Amino acid sequence: MNTPKNYRWRKFVDQVMRGSTVFATGCAVIPLIAIIGYVLTLGASALSVQFFTDVYQPPNMAQAAADGSTPAFDPNDPFAGIGVPTDGTAPADGTAPVADVYAGGPVGGVLHGIIGTLIITGMGLLFALPIGIFAGIYLSEYRNERYATIVRFCCDVLSGSPSIVAGVVIYILVVIRSHEFSAIAGSLALMILMIPIVTRTTEEMLKLVPESMREAARGLGAPTWYSTFTVIIPAALPGIVTGVMLAFARGAGETAPLILTVLGSNVISTNLFAPMASLPLLAYRYTESPYPGENTLAWGAAFVLMMLVLVMNILVRVATRRRAGASR
Amino acid sequence: MTMRSAMTLSRSIGFADLVGTRTRTRSATDSVNAKIEVRNFSFFYGNFKAINTVSMDIPANHVTAIIGPSGCGKSTLLRAINRMHDATIGAHAEGEMRFDGVNVYDPAVDSVLLRRRVGMVFQRPNPFQLTIFDNVAYGLRVNGMRDKKLIAQKVEESLKRAALWDEVKDRLFKSLGTALSGGQQQRLCIARAIASDPEVILMDEPCSALDPIASLKIEDLIDDLRDQFTIVIVTHNMQQAARVSDMTAFMLMNRATRAGELIEFDQTDKMFTAPSDQRTEDYISGQFG
Ligand SMILES: Nc1ncnc2c1ncn2[C@@H]1O[C@H](COP(=O)(O)OP(=O)(O)OP(=O)(O)O)[C@@H](O)[C@H]1O
Ligand SMILES: [Mg+2]
Repeated sequence: MNTPKNYRWRKFVDQVMRGSTVFATGCAVIPLIAIIGYVLTLGASALSVQFFTDVYQPPNMAQAAADGSTPAFDPNDPFAGIGVPTDGTAPADGTAPVADVYAGGPVGGVLHGIIGTLIITGMGLLFALPIGIFAGIYLSEYRNERYATIVRFCCDVLSGSPSIVAGVVIYILVVIRSHEFSAIAGSLALMILMIPIVTRTTEEMLKLVPESMREAARGLGAPTWYSTFTVIIPAALPGIVTGVMLAFARGAGETAPLILTVLGSNVISTNLFAPMASLPLLAYRYTESPYPGENTLAWGAAFVLMMLVLVMNILVRVATRRRAGASR
Repeated sequence: MTMRSAMTLSRSIGFADLVGTRTRTRSATDSVNAKIEVRNFSFFYGNFKAINTVSMDIPANHVTAIIGPSGCGKSTLLRAINRMHDATIGAHAEGEMRFDGVNVYDPAVDSVLLRRRVGMVFQRPNPFQLTIFDNVAYGLRVNGMRDKKLIAQKVEESLKRAALWDEVKDRLFKSLGTALSGGQQQRLCIARAIASDPEVILMDEPCSALDPIASLKIEDLIDDLRDQFTIVIVTHNMQQAARVSDMTAFMLMNRATRAGELIEFDQTDKMFTAPSDQRTEDYISGQFG
């Protein structure tokens, strides 16, 4: 076999290029794995049955858990039970010093956050889906219209803008007017963030369906809307589902717009017109807490959020695959 | 004798034989009414004139073949008949394309309704990602047919006519149309096109993606369909044109303007044995680009 004279050089270049791509991929994957690992290890220690079945417990419960005493709660003297001296001296009744309270392990759970996140994100998705999918259909199937270019551009701007903007807009339009933080306001803010994702993925996935399918349907006398719903969307469904899941994940993980719209809550609430808890809000608030036990809960909340998105993803994929496979 | 002229000779003999032996159920001479009248028809993609002032009468219930070298505007002309170009930006027509006496480019004509009467089979088989049954039933449902029994009956009938029934009858609801072989897919597409009883079927090189045996099956099929439908078929295969068609149109691109023009349009027998234009003879005998 005769090798070309620059064969070794070419081989070398090939290996350098290959090496660089592997290195870059590693750089991209390492932070991801680090975050997942960190949340897993720190979040897992918060996990218990109580974590999933209980709601927020005030720190005096932590105290009770630490030393086995019965927590007392006097609304007129909220610090009484938790051993914080109100006059700056050591507690006279023999309760634990402040440091011990701060060291209390995680108490209570995030059930209210799980329920809240499912409601707020689910409702946001419910609002965003019809709008996003129809807009995506418009951009793909009626792409010849000039107006489509403008819509596409607006979509890209919207998906690139910081999420707090959506929160501020809904705060001004809904929260101030209704004089109330509410779950529905949060859903509307999330809807604003989800629409461009659903729109653009729907558009891109529909465009991947070969033009010959559209021609075939057109040749049979099918109006565009009919072929879109009977042929084009079914063919693009797996891709559209991916877009929807992306939107769900984005919405479920949003914190900033929720601070301005749903505010947060310490109890289970299903009232759409009142403040509600949500996992990212809990993670955010608990991270700021001076109680180490609550810091652990924050990791737990982050962990549950990740798992929630993962499980939803798997469920929806299995469901759509089964549907697509049924007719094979 | 050079290789080339030998081939030419054998080919032209082949054509004469084929034309001579084929039995025609009907002659195009007893000129039946024209289903489609093309009158001074030109077609443009933006500023580019793709076909220039074509005039021809496509007879009802006959097979008309359009032949010509690549790029001469055969597909453009064919697709202009049922306005498939509507979705192409800048595409527009001049002159008249009359279907049953009505100019299809009249603004009052609804292209969707037109296409329900003028079906189409494409070069590449393009079944939907639906079951075999749903593929064939598609046109029926588009036309508003809801009666399940009637649909099932029509689907069976169309698949039988397309000579596909025996191969798929026990997996109508199990297999996707896209899971069939190329030849089966094309027959499925023909079944789909004929299910809703169009009056005209346009075929753009329906056999070019198929092997010779699958092609022959399609040709047999066209032969069966000629009584009931008006068929216009574009083909690069001259033997095929000679075998299946009653009338043949020969198109050529004008070197100067690059627009496709109709050179000759006549009965297939005459076109293949005694064409009146030298260019037709050159092309048919293979002495041409
Ligand atoms: N969508 C389009 N936009 C612009 N020009 C086009 C378009 N489709 C076809 N053309 C041009 O029109 C001319 C005729 O094309 P057409 O497809 O009708 O040729 P054809 O005879 O069918 O060729 P072939 O045998 O290769 O299929 C060609 O010059 C082609 O480049
Ligand atoms: Mg063509």
